[in-house]
Amino acid sequence: MASVELINVTKIYDNQVVAVKEANLEIKDREFAVLVGPSGCGKSTLLRMIAGLEEISKGEILIDGKVVNDVPPKNRDIAMVFQNYALYPHMTVFENMAFGLKLRRIPKEEIRKRVNDAAEILHIKDYLDRKPKMLSGGQRQRVAVGRAIVRNPKVFLFDEPLSNLDAKLRVQMRIEINRLYNRLNTTMIYVTHDQVEAMTMGTKIVVLKDGVIQQVDSPLNLYNAPVNRFVAGFIGSPAMNFFSGRLERNGGLFFVSELFRIELPESIARKFSSENRDIVLGVRPENIAEVGAPAGDNFSAGQTILVDVVEPIGNEIFLYFRDSSQSYCMRMPPDHVYKPGQNISVVLNLSKLYFFDSETGLCIA
Amino acid sequence: MNRSRRTPPLFVSLRLGLSYLLLVSLSLVFLTPILWMISSSLHSLEGVFAVPFRWIPEKLHWENYRDAMTLIPFGRYLLNTTVIAFAVIVGTVFSSTLVAYGFSRFRFWGRDKLFALCIATMMLPGQVTMIPLYVFFARLGWVDTFLPLIVPAFFGSPFYIFLLRQFFLSIPYEYDEAALLDGASRFRIYWQIILPLARPAIATVVVFSFMGAWNDFFNPLIYINSFEKATLTLGLNSLKAQIIGSGQTQWHILMAASVLVLIPNLIVFFLAQRHFIKGINVGGLRG
Ligand SMILES: Nc1ncnc2c1ncn2[C@@H]1O[C@H](COP(=O)(O)OP(=O)(O)O)[C@@H](O)[C@H]1O
Ligand SMILES: [Mg+2]
Repeated sequence: MASVELINVTKIYDNQVVAVKEANLEIKDREFAVLVGPSGCGKSTLLRMIAGLEEISKGEILIDGKVVNDVPPKNRDIAMVFQNYALYPHMTVFENMAFGLKLRRIPKEEIRKRVNDAAEILHIKDYLDRKPKMLSGGQRQRVAVGRAIVRNPKVFLFDEPLSNLDAKLRVQMRIEINRLYNRLNTTMIYVTHDQVEAMTMGTKIVVLKDGVIQQVDSPLNLYNAPVNRFVAGFIGSPAMNFFSGRLERNGGLFFVSELFRIELPESIARKFSSENRDIVLGVRPENIAEVGAPAGDNFSAGQTILVDVVEPIGNEIFLYFRDSSQSYCMRMPPDHVYKPGQNISVVLNLSKLYFFDSETGLCIA
Repeated sequence: MNRSRRTPPLFVSLRLGLSYLLLVSLSLVFLTPILWMISSSLHSLEGVFAVPFRWIPEKLHWENYRDAMTLIPFGRYLLNTTVIAFAVIVGTVFSSTLVAYGFSRFRFWGRDKLFALCIATMMLPGQVTMIPLYVFFARLGWVDTFLPLIVPAFFGSPFYIFLLRQFFLSIPYEYDEAALLDGASRFRIYWQIILPLARPAIATVVVFSFMGAWNDFFNPLIYINSFEKATLTLGLNSLKAQIIGSGQTQWHILMAASVLVLIPNLIVFFLAQRHFIKGINVGGLRG
């Protein structure tokens, strides 16, 4: 039970790689925070600094309000689940889970009880006498989680714990870890590169890119109000479409790109300080619709596109169309047949448009 | 597997046959002296030199073994040698693993240069340090004790350090990290994680250091003077020098004694073989 706070935390490795840059973050007691970002963005580094496995180059990390920069890992009262589990190969499942407890001189009876309780929760009671190499990937994963929970630590750290499991097991374990969080009600920090995992698990999501924290927010806020183009493109699947174009004044204010010419309502136009400039329009696949499907004045005028690829998923259809440089996606209801090469007229939901500065990538409106 | 499936079966069996032929004939070459030793140990003295040599004696002279054990204080020497060899194994394994652990797990200033220096001492021939070492141990008053044979083992041996360091490096550092978070000290990680995982490498070190100590003739010869502190190798030597009756070395008895000295080597080797053939095992990580 503890809060974790990062103040201007920077990590520079010996080879001068800046893995984390000026990170500021506050994770409250009992919060489930997820660090998400593409591979190599510094997630593990950040987590390992919290664990005390990696020295902090600059800044401070506080656990429960106390600076822990110089506190060795074993005194931080933290447990971590490693990406490849790191179960001690020469110990049985029971010994693996009991190891940390023995070191803390917890009485034998208590150890047995705690290990058995954890094994019960994680459905690994039948494997307590086995060595790790006799377990499947999913079972090893559970043991790794078990080794963490028997210790009753103040903070749980997970470093991509599901990335070695197959897709089905991953979803199942995701749900179980969620359940575990509700049950343990302890501070958890979870690292993943998978945005779906992040969205479904965290109450607070931290998006990282190139060692820099981009945005810290709830899942819905990240989805609805991304601060920049990176976050907008990273969160959501299929990803948001980005159309490069210009703002042009011609009576009303228009967004003009290779495919589109859209008149923007006054409510949006008001937000731009300058006109006749390059800009990037972001639209999520579900905010593009076929003319006639939805009704209302919140939609743009019809724009003609050429269907490139059709992907029927079952409950919906992904339609892809392209301009001279890239491909875009839109989600359609499943009850209509589309063919590649077909021209259709589409409208954009004007209340769900995002505009990004074409240079800085910041969200303007 | 794929390759052999594509090559014609006749060719495969031919190649297999040839390699067996080569292996068997080579091992015969290596085994001949040992077989000769065993055979001679059961001959009479005349039988040892009979032409042609009879590999299987007409009469088995088992009493050679009894004589070998009574002509010299065999039991005393066996005990001495066992004590020394055991201490050398303990010393070598403990010190070399500890140093190798340091080289493989800690980052400190000048580590790699120090390691190179450690390896470089392998290039020093023993003869170079022999006299200074003798003088050193003489000043300590250790001549004619077991200490000069045992104590150096507690200061690590460069080859074993090298061997163990390479093995330790192949043990994923995640185990150390997991143990650190579990609350283990660095020494405990060495003791409870690294050592158990390094069993194959340690088995190798045990075998080599045992054989080194057991078969060492030179160092006991230099440092041991007293009759009752001698080792088996010194005992063999004195047996060779013993002249009984005919005024000739009793080769048949000497060979019987040699067989007795050889046996523990074989036992240790076969006991340890199981471990170092099994190789590395990293079942705790994925895959
Ligand atoms: N021990 C290290 N020494 C040098 N550079 C490292 C080390 N560990 C990670 N890095 C670098 O730091 C960056 C961030 O790595 P990491 O935190 O592992 O990313 P992630 O977990 O998000 O994939 C990467 O560019 C990586 O190459
Ligand atoms: Mg990582």
